[in-house]
Amino acid sequence: MLSYYLQLAWRSLRRYKTLTVLMVLAIAVGIGTSMTTLTVLHVLSGDPIPAKSGKLFRVRINTFPDDRFQPTDKTPDNLTRRDATALLGDARGDHQAVMSAGSGVLITPQGEPMRAQARYTTADFFPMFNVPMRYGRAWNGQADTAHARVAVISSQLNDLLFGDQSGVGKTLQFGDASLRIVGVLGSWDMNPRFYDLSNGEYGDSEQVFVPLSTALDLHLGTSGTMNCWGNAKDAHDLDAPCIWLQYWVELDSPAKVAAYQRYLHNYMALQQQAGRFRHPAQVRLQNVMQWLDYKGVVPADVRMQVWLAFGFLMICLLNTVGLLLAKFLRRGGEIGVRRALGASRRDVFMQYLIESLVIGMVGGLLGLVLAYAGVALVRQQPTEYAAFVHMDLGILLMTLLLALVASLVAGLLPAWRAMQIQPARALKAY
Amino acid sequence: MDIGPILSTLRRHKITAMLLIVEMALTCAIVCNAVFLISQRLERMHIPSGVAEHQLVMVQVANIGIQPDAKARTQADLDALRRIPGVKQATLASQVPFTNSSSNTSIRLTPTQKLATVNATQYMGEDLIDTLGAQLIAGRRFRADEYLDYDAVVHNLDLVRNHTPSVIITKALAERLWPGESGLGKQFYFAGVGVRVVGVVKALIRPSLSLGDAAAHWSMVFPMRMSSDNANRYLLRTDPKDRDRVMAAAGKVLRQLDPNRIVLAKKTLDQLRADFFRNDRAMTATLLGVIVALLTVTALGIIGLASFWVAQRRRTIGVRRALGATRAHILRYFQTENFLLASIGIALGMVLAWGINLFLMQHYELPHLPWTYLPIGALALWLIGQLAVLGPALRASRVPPVVATRSV
Repeated sequence: MLSYYLQLAWRSLRRYKTLTVLMVLAIAVGIGTSMTTLTVLHVLSGDPIPAKSGKLFRVRINTFPDDRFQPTDKTPDNLTRRDATALLGDARGDHQAVMSAGSGVLITPQGEPMRAQARYTTADFFPMFNVPMRYGRAWNGQADTAHARVAVISSQLNDLLFGDQSGVGKTLQFGDASLRIVGVLGSWDMNPRFYDLSNGEYGDSEQVFVPLSTALDLHLGTSGTMNCWGNAKDAHDLDAPCIWLQYWVELDSPAKVAAYQRYLHNYMALQQQAGRFRHPAQVRLQNVMQWLDYKGVVPADVRMQVWLAFGFLMICLLNTVGLLLAKFLRRGGEIGVRRALGASRRDVFMQYLIESLVIGMVGGLLGLVLAYAGVALVRQQPTEYAAFVHMDLGILLMTLLLALVASLVAGLLPAWRAMQIQPARALKAY
Repeated sequence: MDIGPILSTLRRHKITAMLLIVEMALTCAIVCNAVFLISQRLERMHIPSGVAEHQLVMVQVANIGIQPDAKARTQADLDALRRIPGVKQATLASQVPFTNSSSNTSIRLTPTQKLATVNATQYMGEDLIDTLGAQLIAGRRFRADEYLDYDAVVHNLDLVRNHTPSVIITKALAERLWPGESGLGKQFYFAGVGVRVVGVVKALIRPSLSLGDAAAHWSMVFPMRMSSDNANRYLLRTDPKDRDRVMAAAGKVLRQLDPNRIVLAKKTLDQLRADFFRNDRAMTATLLGVIVALLTVTALGIIGLASFWVAQRRRTIGVRRALGATRAHILRYFQTENFLLASIGIALGMVLAWGINLFLMQHYELPHLPWTYLPIGALALWLIGQLAVLGPALRASRVPPVVATRSV
């Protein structure tokens, strides 16, 4: 039966070629744009570290003095060096790391100066964020306390400086500083760079990693948001009234999360007792996905484009419904003959539904091609995230599913109307 | 024209007619909102900066490590830059418009005030106002003896604490701090230091608009000299036609003076503005694409349906023609029919447009849709409808009266 209906559909579609092309195109364009925007949304709202995103928490506390505190303000993203040092010293999480972005100049083997992005952090950064190592290993906690002159570099920088050899044990001249390379990263792409969104949300990983204590000793250049109140000779001083350090903690179970919450509240209570401030304690502990959501990593424009595309798809579908309806009803005579010859209403309904499905599937396949073209177009756009947008299997299957559902929905009403044609009346008019 | 027969025909094709109406309503609603969104983006992209944009070139460098003689080196850099033919002015600026990198501070009107009045951005650099080409509308420029070295001030705040330094602010900031007054001669405070307003410039945009477009012009300029230790953006003022040459020469000069320095960026201010608003530009293009695609799909839908109706009513048309209707009558019949459908669709579309706008206002920072945008959507739909129906209607008008005598 199905093959017969398919055959009928094919014949009918060929009989009204222009109309068929119109309907297929409408569905294809609607599906193509919807899936392009959905792909962008899907990529941008993806989980950068699926294995651990529920266990990694951004720590935020509000230690502003009372004259800077407004209850309606958001809790700042970063910590003072004093608070970060205290939390790190207590080490209540399974792992914890404090960090800042930075940059410096190094000289390539060709003698050309080049700017390298850096991250100044503490030892747990590497195990906590599952950072793979190609050569050597990351520094340990002792190196942090010893302010060791060491560095870990990216695979790409290693190849640039040392060709295909390992740079471990060699010296990296980073600005004024001479650092011994102890490790080389494997391929590590974190997009969005959830651990620090303040220096561009998307992009390559840093090229140089240095212990924070060492970087502060050597006055290496930091970058990112520096928010100070009061006066400080050097905003990086231990007691400077400045917030600039990111703090992450790994907590492997819900019980540990609760315990850590309590610990942070206790810490804040101690600060209040010490007279630093009297305002209510603001403590925020957010896991990776909550943090990304809070920071609004998915641009508002992208969400709006999804709405637009689905509005567009709806119009394309309405269009198809109207055309199908007109077409089916015009064939009232033919339907009358079929009914008179014994076809049941169900048969008629199925026949026309399958015809709609054929249109939908052809439109869907074409839409898939258009979506690929759309994604290629998005990648040409001058946005930060352009390079990371790509199609995946899930999106591919979803496109076909959407086409199927869309054509079913579009075909339902016309097929329903077609099945209700009275054979007697249709034949009379014929 | 009598619309009675049209209405009675449409009543027999209720569902198809309704579908067409809903389609046109949705299109109208989305087009209204898309046009409004485009106008918002365009307005944002053309926000005035208050500086001589077409005459400015920025060269950003990075130095290796900390330089002990930064002050002397900076002076040498500036001397060399000023010697480039075509350079009218050159300075080292703490920050530059449309670069997204800025230093901001909270301002208080009295030294004891608890919560800050406003957050404003701080520009520094020798002769910065004239180099930028910002227009002084009240008061005076900084005197040469007012300038201090930024480094010296940071290391010894007493330099500014005791003698109330001068500041030049924008008209927008003056208006925000002292509504209705010029602000000239007034004092305000930040980080415990009092400063006095000696001049007001017409406008000077902040480097970053992350605090919202309303705060875009809350800027202050301080009489501070920067050095390569604390600033890395050189600003050059030149003739628009000399910009490219000056930019290339400046990059070369700076590299010659210190081969270990990197030129991070060489851009005209026009380029900086274009980069700054690139997302808005991309979105504008997308919205334009959506409008064109929507109108095309709707037009195709109208053509498809109208063609069917014409084919379906061939016999009726033949009868009408046989009874004396002219070709023009038939043509006008289909045109009026489409006009009627479009009008109902547009009426519905306006309500829908309002609804979509309310939804967008809830989720995005958008103002109310001004009613002036509604006629745009209406006009577009009427026009598209008439254009789309013209072909099928002409075909209908060519149906010969003899059809009436045949049984189809």
